[in-house]
Amino acid sequence: MRINRRFRGGEIPTSSMADIAFLLLIFFLVTTTIDIDKGLGLVLPPEGETIEINKKNILNCLINSSGMVLLGGEPVNPKDVSRIVKDRLRENNKLIVSVKTHEKTRYKDYIAIIDQLKMADATRISIAETD
Amino acid sequence: MKFIRKTTLSTEIPTASMPDIIFMLLIFFMVTTVLREYSGLPIEIPKAKRIEKLKSKRHTSHIWISKEGLISIEDRLFNMKNIRNIIYDKRVADPQIVISLKADEQARMGLIAGIHNELRKADALKLNYSTKMSPD
Repeated sequence: MRINRRFRGGEIPTSSMADIAFLLLIFFLVTTTIDIDKGLGLVLPPEGETIEINKKNILNCLINSSGMVLLGGEPVNPKDVSRIVKDRLRENNKLIVSVKTHEKTRYKDYIAIIDQLKMADATRISIAETD
Repeated sequence: MKFIRKTTLSTEIPTASMPDIIFMLLIFFMVTTVLREYSGLPIEIPKAKRIEKLKSKRHTSHIWISKEGLISIEDRLFNMKNIRNIIYDKRVADPQIVISLKADEQARMGLIAGIHNELRKADALKLNYSTKMSPD
């Protein structure tokens, strides 16, 4: 038996090309993960600048090597720092929080305190040198 | 006088160039997508709540600090005393540079404070502690 084959024009159908290209575009858009850097911002003081600050306006915040916090001379829970600082800021809006850490303090504990200070809307944060 | 209007407008939108337009779009997106340039060190970054986005990727430079105390900038390991020079060069090249500190949560503050001092000496004062969003 012989099949009668007839040649009917040699065109590639291009009508679905747009759809294919769209699918590719959407695939790339979905699979591309743009990782935006997020974090806690801080501006360091310029080198060699020392300003005399009235002792009343300083709130010392000390963090020891095991992550315990001493705020203004009293031991506090790190989670209460934002509440206490907020109260102190309400009394005195010129308050500068001076964060001082031990050499062996973990970075995690330090970040937790900076986060607490940010939560209390403390804009004046000073990072003291470690011992 | 009477005008005879021959309206032989075709009512179809030409779709022949549609794939070209979409391919152009595709290529545009592929070219403008900046993939991660440097892999850095294996670190676990800390979590925080009050986080903000870094404005521009172009004006950001990363410093990786592992929990063992290794310091890496652009996939090269550095000593503490060399940081000042490389950051200073970056700062000269781009005055609005923001340093993103990607430190492991177990890193010690002695090291971080050293980095702070070096950054101050290099006059790169805008700092960002890279953190993850805290779940609660």
